[in-house]
Amino acid sequence: MIRPVASDVISAVVCSVLFSVSVQAGDWKQFRGNEANSVASGESLPTELSGSTIAWKAALPGRGVSGPVIVDGRVFVSASSGYTQNRLHVISIDAGNGMQLWERQFYAAGRTQTHEKMANATPTMASDGQRVFAFFSSNDLFCLDLKGRLLWYRGLGREFPNASNSLGMSSSPIVVGSVLVVQVESDAEAFACGVDVITGETRWQIQRPRAANWTSPALIPGRAGRGAQVLLQSSKGLTAVDPETGKILWDFDKGASTIPSATVAAGTVYVPSNGLTALKPGADAVEQLWNSGSISPATSSPVVAGNLALVLNSSGVLNAASLETGERVWQLRLRGPFSGTPVFAGGHLYLVNEAGVAFVVKPEADQGTIVSELDLGETILCSPGVSGGGLFVRSDGHLIKLATPK
Amino acid sequence: MAGLSGGWPAGRSPGQAGVFRCVAIVGALALLVLLAADAGAAKKKERADAITEAVGILQSARTAGQGSRENQRALVALTGSGERAMLPILTGFQKATPEGLNWLRNAFEQIAESLRASRKPLPVDALRAFVLETGNSADARRLAFDTMVSEDGRVAEQLIPGMLNDPSPEFRRDAVELLLQQAGKAEGAAATELYRRALAGAVHEDQVKTISEALRKAGETVDISRHFGFVTSWKIVGPFDNREEKGFGVAYAPETEIVQERPNLEAEYDGMNGKVRWQTVETTDDFGVVDIAKQIENFKGSAMYAVAEWSSPAQQTLQVRLGTPNAWKLWVNGALVFEREEYHRSTQLDQYSVPVQLKPGVNVLAFKICQNEQTQDWAQKYQFQLRVCDSTGVGVLPGPVVVRNGVSRKTALNKGGAE
Repeated sequence: MIRPVASDVISAVVCSVLFSVSVQAGDWKQFRGNEANSVASGESLPTELSGSTIAWKAALPGRGVSGPVIVDGRVFVSASSGYTQNRLHVISIDAGNGMQLWERQFYAAGRTQTHEKMANATPTMASDGQRVFAFFSSNDLFCLDLKGRLLWYRGLGREFPNASNSLGMSSSPIVVGSVLVVQVESDAEAFACGVDVITGETRWQIQRPRAANWTSPALIPGRAGRGAQVLLQSSKGLTAVDPETGKILWDFDKGASTIPSATVAAGTVYVPSNGLTALKPGADAVEQLWNSGSISPATSSPVVAGNLALVLNSSGVLNAASLETGERVWQLRLRGPFSGTPVFAGGHLYLVNEAGVAFVVKPEADQGTIVSELDLGETILCSPGVSGGGLFVRSDGHLIKLATPK
Repeated sequence: MAGLSGGWPAGRSPGQAGVFRCVAIVGALALLVLLAADAGAAKKKERADAITEAVGILQSARTAGQGSRENQRALVALTGSGERAMLPILTGFQKATPEGLNWLRNAFEQIAESLRASRKPLPVDALRAFVLETGNSADARRLAFDTMVSEDGRVAEQLIPGMLNDPSPEFRRDAVELLLQQAGKAEGAAATELYRRALAGAVHEDQVKTISEALRKAGETVDISRHFGFVTSWKIVGPFDNREEKGFGVAYAPETEIVQERPNLEAEYDGMNGKVRWQTVETTDDFGVVDIAKQIENFKGSAMYAVAEWSSPAQQTLQVRLGTPNAWKLWVNGALVFEREEYHRSTQLDQYSVPVQLKPGVNVLAFKICQNEQTQDWAQKYQFQLRVCDSTGVGVLPGPVVVRNGVSRKTALNKGGAE
């Protein structure tokens, strides 16, 4: 007979039900940040990048396009290794000194094939502050506590064997309340589901357009009695669902990109659709504010900074558009291409191109200026994470922290 | 003497009493030892039972997140058992579900981490013995191996050279890599011999390519297609209509025959461009690619059917591994084993692995492949490659023709499947 022990995870489960999800100041809990909008509120990062701003580099045991998440002073990042990328890694690293706290490995049960530029570890992890969720291109989904103890596992690739893409899957799940929203869309099978963060069981599941899709869910946070909305993007458009039930709240059906994802700022949605389109969502309907065909995001998702929508195009040019009208205000040529989505912190935009050159750009009303740049010397495809004054990026070989020298 | 208490039994002398007292004390002590041992054994058994039970729970972990709380308790029970649970956990891999493998691995890693943190030694001898027993789970053996290597790199040097034909593709890969390193430093016949040996164990495309290139450069003959177990001779018929991708779900006449296990290679059908008949298509490609676009024609918006016989000496479970950028369906002996409607998202060797049950004698592999009407340069491939292999990836060739009552069984095709 196996009896619960004092430190049983059940206790943690009960506690987590009774008390609200813990949020540490400075956490960066999912792809593009806590509200999936690439904005690091209250953070201040070094603007003059140089070798001395590399706080540390930690070796990683496998490849990955996934970005780091940071919870309670610990960085979590996924990786994949092995000839067929069937070894899945979850690594926890001390954000302060770069020392590895633990590493766990798992086996992929789904298809591991990806385009050579991608890796099985392409989706970014997520966290609710007490648990971390690691999702992979093979649709293997793991939930661990912050010490690396497995809490539940879903082999979605096994449960839905046709929901795969031979080029790889990249959608990063997001946590909303007690639900992990997972988007799994391919030509052969497509669905989205809400997974209970405590048990791993499916709370809801909806069919999605059967078409290859690499976008990630975006979030309209709940405010003042109004529930949160999760935005699911596809080639058909953008659909808002209730994260608790999966109920469809509204639908924008004018098509959208299948790579860069929508972002939300001050209640307005900026979706890569026919260029860039601004939407004003209601509880059960949506209104188009403007469309700008000249602002076209490539792989990176748009970022809102002040009164500007910032978009990287396929030529590596940063375009700034007015939030009011969508009209382009200025352009700044950077050296692309870029895969990751930039982050906005302390009035500056931080971008890292695929060659590993990090740029700090000051976006102002009438122009953008490169403040500094630093060649990290490694291919960087991830979207950075920001926490505690540090900018975290990963390559296939390393997790790197940039911070103001002490 | 009545009323005596603690006196000697009547009829015994004090000397005898002393002897009896000693015997009694020794007996009591022995009884205590026995009882204590019994209690220890019982406790040990209880612990062993708890470990067995916990392994059993994790081993049978279910899909869809079911039973995660029970799994969490079993995980805690195992990690709390420490080193004692390591071998039972590894042994549990053998019959574990895919979900169970990940739970068991997490338990093992936590225990290994705990031992490292407390500077306690790993049960190296037991782990080594587990690794060397090739009947154990390949995943469990590799986990035990990696755990040992993380503490002592010499373990790899000692074990890997003997793993060229190991059931684990990971061990084989390491053994092949070792031989490639040696061959790279050798010259002439010595190098060729090393490459030959390496080829015997290689199951991965990159290593086979490297070895084949070196051997061919040395004037050696290498049959890559045979090495991987590609099916190279097919009967193909088509095109049938797949315009607007509507033909994937349509069972054209050959498909109806395939499903009924009566493919008739003499038949003529109404195709999308007129009458069509089965034709023989063979490939000499190293990697078994049947290129319909080149060998027949790139019929846009079409579907083709391909059938091949594969003779099995016995009933066996193998894998069909295939690669194609086109939509496809696969039947084995009339039973649909997998279908996938995806177009032009790249192709590669072993893109898909499908477990199949083969019966003794002639089996019929039937394949439907669909091309769509995309016009981009990168969307013009119309091809497939299909091989039969074991779970390690070692190519398996068809067995000898089955003989029944002294009569060779020649074919399951061309006679409406009748034999």
